[in-house]
Amino acid sequence: MTFMISMTKAMNSLPNRRGFMIGCAASVAMISTPVQAFSTNKAEALIGSAVDAINSIINSGASEATMLRKFESVFTDYADVKRIAQLVLGPDGRTASADQKSAFEKAFQTYISRKYGRRFREFIGGRVVVNDTKAVKSYYEVTTTAHLQGEAPFSVVFVVADSNGRFIDMKIEGISLIKAERTEVGAMLDKRRGDLDKLIADLKTMG
Amino acid sequence: MLPIKYLKNRISLMSALLVLTACGGPEVASGIYDPFETANRRTHEVNRTLDRVLLRPSSGAYGKILPEPVRNGVGNFSSNLSMPSMVLNDLLQFRIGDAIHNTARFLVNTTLGVGGVFDVATKGGIASRGSDFGETLHVWGFKEGAFVELPILGPSTTRDTIGGVVNFFLDPVGQIVAPKNRVAVTAVSAASSLGDRYRFTDTIDSILYESADSYAQARLFYLESRRFQLGIGAGEDDDLYDLYDESYE
Repeated sequence: MTFMISMTKAMNSLPNRRGFMIGCAASVAMISTPVQAFSTNKAEALIGSAVDAINSIINSGASEATMLRKFESVFTDYADVKRIAQLVLGPDGRTASADQKSAFEKAFQTYISRKYGRRFREFIGGRVVVNDTKAVKSYYEVTTTAHLQGEAPFSVVFVVADSNGRFIDMKIEGISLIKAERTEVGAMLDKRRGDLDKLIADLKTMG
Repeated sequence: MLPIKYLKNRISLMSALLVLTACGGPEVASGIYDPFETANRRTHEVNRTLDRVLLRPSSGAYGKILPEPVRNGVGNFSSNLSMPSMVLNDLLQFRIGDAIHNTARFLVNTTLGVGGVFDVATKGGIASRGSDFGETLHVWGFKEGAFVELPILGPSTTRDTIGGVVNFFLDPVGQIVAPKNRVAVTAVSAASSLGDRYRFTDTIDSILYESADSYAQARLFYLESRRFQLGIGAGEDDDLYDLYDESYE
C-alpha cells in the first residue's frame, strides 16, 4: 500500500549521484574501445529525432486516440521491437521453434505498443530533453530528462544498439523495460505452465 | 534543547541497528537476493488487499474532492518538512554541496514559498536532491542486504528498513515541532501520501493489479529504482543485452 508511495517517491527524486555515474562510465569507456559501426553522434541524433517526434505529437493538440496511434508508430519506427522481444523471452526462448519465435515477436509487438502507447498519455503537455550520450560495449546510452506536468523531472535512458541504430531498451529512473517485461512475460509463462503457444495467443489480446 | 537522555537512547538504538545491518547479503548489489520470499509474498498479498479496500479508494476520493493546486500545496508543504532531515543526511554522507543545496531549497521555500506550500525553489532550479538514512548507510559502506516487503510500508531492503527507522528518530522536525502539533504534521504527511497514490495511480495500478506477478514487479521496481537513486547499477548488467540464442543473429 503506502509502499508504492515510497517507491514512486524514489522513482521521482532526481538522480543526485551523476558525478559518480559519469565517473563509472568514463572508466568503462577507457577500458573497452569497441569497433563502432554506429557513432555517439548518430545515437544521439536518433534519440533526438525520436524525442522531437514525441514532443511534436504531445503538442499537436490532436485527439487522444490519434496521439496514441502516433506514439505507437514512433515506437515501432525507432525501437528494435524484434530484438526487444528476443531479449524479453530470454532463456525461455531457447527451446522454441523458429515458428514460435517469430509468432512471439509479432504478438509481443502488439502487446508492447498497446501497453506503453497507453502510458504516453502521461506525456501530454510535457517535454523530453536529450542530455548526453556515451558508448558502452556494443551499444550507446542516450540520457534524457522528461519534464512532465506537475512532476519533478525524471531520467529516461535509451539504450541504442550499435548494430542497427535502433533502441533496444528504455530505463525510466533506472528501471529497465527489458527487465520489467522479462519478469512479466516469465510470470505469464509460468501461469500457463510454460506453454508458449498459449502465451502467444493470449498476448495478442493483452496490453 | 534536547534532553541528553533521549539523545543517548537514540544513539544506542542506532548503533544496535548498525550492527544488525552489517550482516548478510551479497557483495555487489545486482540481481535479486530474496531469502524471505515466502513470507514477503504473504505480506505482499496483505498490502495489496489494504491498498484495494482502503488506500486506493480513499486516495481516489481525496483526488476528486480537492483541486490539484490544493493537493500540490499539501505535497509541497510535506516535502518541505522533510528537507531538514535530508540536509542532516547530506552532512552525515559528507556531501557538503548537497547539504548547501538542500538548505537553500528549504530556506527559499519556507520564506518565498509561504511556509513550503509553493515549491518556488524547483522553478528556480533548486530541485530536491533526495537523501535519507538508508543512503547514508550505503555511503558508509553497508550492503543492501535482503529484499523485504514490510507490512503497510511495502518493498524495502534490510538496509533501507533500518535506514527508515533511524530516519524517523533522527528527523529534526520531529524534535522541534511541539507535541500538540505533531498530529497535524502526521496528518499532512498522510494527506500527501494519498495525493501521491492518486497522482501515480496508473503506474501503481499497472504493477499491483495488471501484472502477472505483482510481487515480482514491485520487487524489481523497488530494487532497480533504489539502486539508480544511490548511483549503483552501472556496469553490472553487462550481459543484459546479449542474446541467449545466437541463431537470432
